[in-house]
Amino acid sequence: MLSQILIAGFGGQGVLFAGKFIAYKGLYENKEVSWLPSYGPEMRGGTANCSVILSDAPVGSPIVSNPDILLVMNLPSLDKYENATVKGAKIIVDSTLIERKVVRDDVDAFYIPATRMANDAGIPTLANMIMVGKMIRETNAISFDDMENVLKKVVSAKHADLLEANLKALQTGYQYEG
Amino acid sequence: MIVFEKPKALTDTPLHYCPGCTHGIIHRLVAEAIDELGIEGTTVGVAPVGCSVMAYDYFSCDMVEAAHGRAPAVATGLKRCMPENIIFTYQGDGDLASIGMAETVHAATRNENITIIFVNNAIYGMTGGQMAPTSLPGQVTQTSPYGRDVGVAGYPIRVSEMLSTLDGPEYIERVAVNNVKNVRNAKKAILKAFKNQVEGKGFSLIEVVSTCPTNWGMTPVKALQWVDEKMIPYYPLGVYRDKTAENAAKEG
Amino acid sequence: MADKVLMKGNEAIAEAAIKAGCRHYFGYPITPQTEIAAYMAKRMPKIGGTFLQAESEIAAINMVYGVAGAGFRVMTSSSSPGVSLKQEGISYIAGADLPALIVNVQRGGPGLGGIQPSQSDYFQATKGGGHGDYHLIVLAPASVQEMADLTIKAFDLSDKYRVPAMLLADGTMGQMMEPVALPDVDVAEIEKPWAVRGTKNARKHNIVNSLYLKPDELEKTNFERYERYRQIEENEVMYESFMMEDAEYCVVAFGIAARISKNAVLAARNQGIKVGLIRPITLWPFPTEVIAKAADQVKGFVSVELSMGQMIEDVRLASSCKKPVLLCNRTGGMIPTPEEVLAKISELADNT
Repeated sequence: MLSQILIAGFGGQGVLFAGKFIAYKGLYENKEVSWLPSYGPEMRGGTANCSVILSDAPVGSPIVSNPDILLVMNLPSLDKYENATVKGAKIIVDSTLIERKVVRDDVDAFYIPATRMANDAGIPTLANMIMVGKMIRETNAISFDDMENVLKKVVSAKHADLLEANLKALQTGYQYEG
Repeated sequence: MIVFEKPKALTDTPLHYCPGCTHGIIHRLVAEAIDELGIEGTTVGVAPVGCSVMAYDYFSCDMVEAAHGRAPAVATGLKRCMPENIIFTYQGDGDLASIGMAETVHAATRNENITIIFVNNAIYGMTGGQMAPTSLPGQVTQTSPYGRDVGVAGYPIRVSEMLSTLDGPEYIERVAVNNVKNVRNAKKAILKAFKNQVEGKGFSLIEVVSTCPTNWGMTPVKALQWVDEKMIPYYPLGVYRDKTAENAAKEG
Repeated sequence: MADKVLMKGNEAIAEAAIKAGCRHYFGYPITPQTEIAAYMAKRMPKIGGTFLQAESEIAAINMVYGVAGAGFRVMTSSSSPGVSLKQEGISYIAGADLPALIVNVQRGGPGLGGIQPSQSDYFQATKGGGHGDYHLIVLAPASVQEMADLTIKAFDLSDKYRVPAMLLADGTMGQMMEPVALPDVDVAEIEKPWAVRGTKNARKHNIVNSLYLKPDELEKTNFERYERYRQIEENEVMYESFMMEDAEYCVVAFGIAARISKNAVLAARNQGIKVGLIRPITLWPFPTEVIAKAADQVKGFVSVELSMGQMIEDVRLASSCKKPVLLCNRTGGMIPTPEEVLAKISELADNT
């Protein structure tokens, strides 16, 4: 099994954190994993993305240029990466922030108003984890179990109070059927 | 009865300095301070690039030869990994005040607990008499053949005054070694600079106004006079910073 | 072996250095390696070590020189432009025969260049960098695990041969996270009778120095050092050989380029092209003999690099130009894709 995941959005939306969670979950499931962020000035409010690879075999290149799973949280990211995805790829779109639909017809697109749902649920900073929840529902990259144990690894002790909120976000996304 | 002998902290290696050069006196004063404090076994010295580049052959404590201007950084490394040892640098004006100014200023502002002996003779000696950052206005050198033109080369740097504007340093004094009285004062200052380190007080720098008869183109005696006539008026002797004394005065 | 944790490459270097007994770090901020300094700033005060943000790269490397002279394990880290500044100190450390670790998490150049990953400091790292006759031991990690393992190895080799070591990584390696198991290191106390820690009035003074005004003495010192280099070349070459047994073509790549090349090798194998990969782990000493042997086996080489082609010169030298060596490269912070590498392998296969 090999999942090449790309998560992209604005800096500050938590795309790096979302990737980190997926990588840790992969590690927890005894997969080979890599996580590679874009770095530099774009981290300060421009576009940010990260590559996550989950594999049964050792990971070669850690760079995901042709994702089979794409999570996008802003329009520039969809514009940039839609055509890079492989045939049959699964694209998760935050439909609160991206009004257009995926154009390609050889991929599976899933739309979830993650940002609005996060606001409604009182966890406005966690649209990223709602996206991850939705991804888990629609792909077989990682499974939806032991979430709390993995969250404990990625949520720093300083933010331990956010553990519940993250869990809630993941569940919200995972349960969304739209 | 022995009334005069070589300090133990000096080796038997003959000094290579030019006749009339005051490096020999300053070496001796440093060695006497080390002897008097009984710290030779724990002292590590750092030699510069310049005339005193081979100071590592003359001091009998452990020695490191640093790159040009970097002695305060090397001393910082040594002190940070061996806080119980006594670390000193011995540097000239080109080394300390030109290429190594950043290292000097930052070691001072960190109040590194080290001792710096700064020999200011207003010229690059080792390379044959070029203009130094401390060369006086109008001073003729190989690279200021018509005299230092401050409009072109800028003004000499008064290191002791400049460093004393920082909050960091513990002790800064300018001394000279051109007559017996000044040598005695210099001895006291150098001893204090080492003692400060032993007592953990912090960064101590002694600027020693010195001579270079060879490159100044003077007899040794004339060079000593020139210190009084030209150097000291531009570089006044005295204590520029003594934090302990200042604090004691404040507390009344 | 400890449990695996996800760590950034830069953090793995820092923690591994601490495990290896390094208690003194001097650095200056520069992207993309600043995590090393940040990690050290957090950890060193808690374990009685030194973290100092120096006033410049030059000051940092000279602080390293001081600690190395005292015989303690010490390191600095930087990225390309900063490593250029350190070259003066590196030459002095090499000339004074001191052990120390310098980490270069490379970014694009020349000049201020960019901040994205690069391998264009290969020449600087392996051919000298500073002035004079010297080499560094240069290790090139290709995973976060190797960032940790080779950091420890670098300290050991550096101590063993009294030769400064460089870990030559790149922005990708520094920034990426992978599972890493940090080994517990048994740090052997190595005798360093040359160190300047004070004579204790019990021995003649030690002098840490690289100045030899008599040319015959300097020559002798350089000859002695090169004898040690010869021993390193004989004993310490490290490389990975991947699918080389039946290979008719050989990709040579290190670090991130090797990771990308592995994908390409597997893809080429799927197309029936018998290609393998040699990944130098020590860039100096370069795995010359392995390449020379491969030159008798394969029809040609592809050197894959994030530079305008630097290691390719060593591949050509090692293979005595017996077989063609093609270059597959991107530069300036761009990274070749597996497809680009595959295309170059196909080009080689079509023409030989």
